[in-house]
Amino acid sequence: MVSKNGHTQHISRRYNAELEDIKTRMLEMGGLVERQVADAITAFMTADSELAQRVKEGDYVINDMEVAIDEECTMILARRQPAASDLRMVIAITRVLQDLERMGDEATKIAEQAILFSEAGELPRGHVEIRHIGDHVGVMVRGALDAFTRFDMDQALRVAEEDKVVDQEYGSAMRSLVTHMMEDPRTITSVLRVMWALRSIERVGDHARNIAEHVIYLVKGLDVRHVNVKEMAAKIQGDEEEE
Amino acid sequence: MANTAPQGRTHSISFDSLGRSETPPQSLADEHISLQVRNLDLFYAGNKQALYGVNMEIPRQRVTAFIGPSGCGKSTLLRCFNRMNDLVDGCTVKGEITLDGANIYAKGVDVASLRRQVGMVFQKPNPFPKTIYENVAYGLRIQGINKKRVLDEAVEKSLRQAALWDEVKDRLDDNALGMSGGQQQRLVIARTVAVEPEVVLLDEPASALDPISTLKIEELIYELKEKYTIIIVTHNMQQAARVSDYTAFMYMGRLIEFDATGRLFTNPSQKQTEDYITGRYG
Repeated sequence: MVSKNGHTQHISRRYNAELEDIKTRMLEMGGLVERQVADAITAFMTADSELAQRVKEGDYVINDMEVAIDEECTMILARRQPAASDLRMVIAITRVLQDLERMGDEATKIAEQAILFSEAGELPRGHVEIRHIGDHVGVMVRGALDAFTRFDMDQALRVAEEDKVVDQEYGSAMRSLVTHMMEDPRTITSVLRVMWALRSIERVGDHARNIAEHVIYLVKGLDVRHVNVKEMAAKIQGDEEEE
Repeated sequence: MANTAPQGRTHSISFDSLGRSETPPQSLADEHISLQVRNLDLFYAGNKQALYGVNMEIPRQRVTAFIGPSGCGKSTLLRCFNRMNDLVDGCTVKGEITLDGANIYAKGVDVASLRRQVGMVFQKPNPFPKTIYENVAYGLRIQGINKKRVLDEAVEKSLRQAALWDEVKDRLDDNALGMSGGQQQRLVIARTVAVEPEVVLLDEPASALDPISTLKIEELIYELKEKYTIIIVTHNMQQAARVSDYTAFMYMGRLIEFDATGRLFTNPSQKQTEDYITGRYG
């Protein structure tokens, strides 16, 4: 198990530095992705094509970071043969990298819809839904990264719980948007764009949940993929009672 | 969160500006070369050839590891760098090795002075049956240095470099043979660096030590490269991966592959190297 203070020192200080480095850089990447998602949503709601364009360009930075940090992880595996919590740290980071990169892609997709809106010269409907779910997902992303920083299981669980709420809100937003389209078929094109954006935001939430799962793997060594939140909590509880 | 994003900001952060803790060496072409081996053949008595046409460049102030199965010639090659093979009856060497451009096998080379420039540490710690202090001061004394102040300074400096000072500073007059194996090995390293060599050869320096002492030696090797060119022979591939910047894989007296360690251990170019480091060989 990993303590809240993180890893104690290895005899090899360089090994410590390498592990710290991949974690720090992954969290930097996380911060960048968080901003990309926030900017994409702002760009979408205000039909700001300039901001949307910047989001699209920022995605290259994120892609480069994924490749570079991933390579560093490979080097650590090859050169240090990490064991136990160190091994889980490297594995968890490579997994988180993938989720972050995908979040970046979703931000790009939202930005693309924003550009289409601004070209059509209209503001999107479904403002309320986008803002609401967007805020929710933003909290999840930050929470997941915080949980990773602090090895905080409770926080990770909260993120997973939050994802359930987002999924429900997403469902009801979809229903109300469908109603919109039925009432006024002229809005179908623009409402579909809102739906695409919502879908991307919801996906970002799923990736945040994945990160929370990686945190639980990192801290406890438990694999909680493909289980619901209740089972997740039960697994953690069971593990703690064993200790 | 949509409102928290500052407006008008550009994504000017480039990846490079985020900085890396350390850039590992990538290519020999960017290094200063300390030792150069050209067409080196070595024969033991009875015309038994042990090295075949070895060519390589050892970069300055880096750790270079030699790996390979038993009998592949890695220790033999290591011993060529300070002409230890001269001591083996019937051993002949063809080709040349240059240290800073000068052929160490040229006629008239002072072997004793060469061995001062190219120090060596063996598998089994071999401190002299003297005090800790005298072990480290030994090399300086035979150079004729006897001033206490100079010796004191050199002993402390060398023991610090060998990460041993704090453990022994209160018992410098104790017999070195009373130390633990790991301490003895670090003492031998202190003795080697006391004469300020350019190159330090390490022949399986940690194979007789427990895991923790091994890690301490490895950490020490990493620190020593700030000042010295290090060549290490090791049976332990993981050790090579951990400590070295460059790795040479040898097999049956031939240098099969020589590359930056990160590359050799993630994507070797030769099938034989791949088979050896993945445990498929023999």
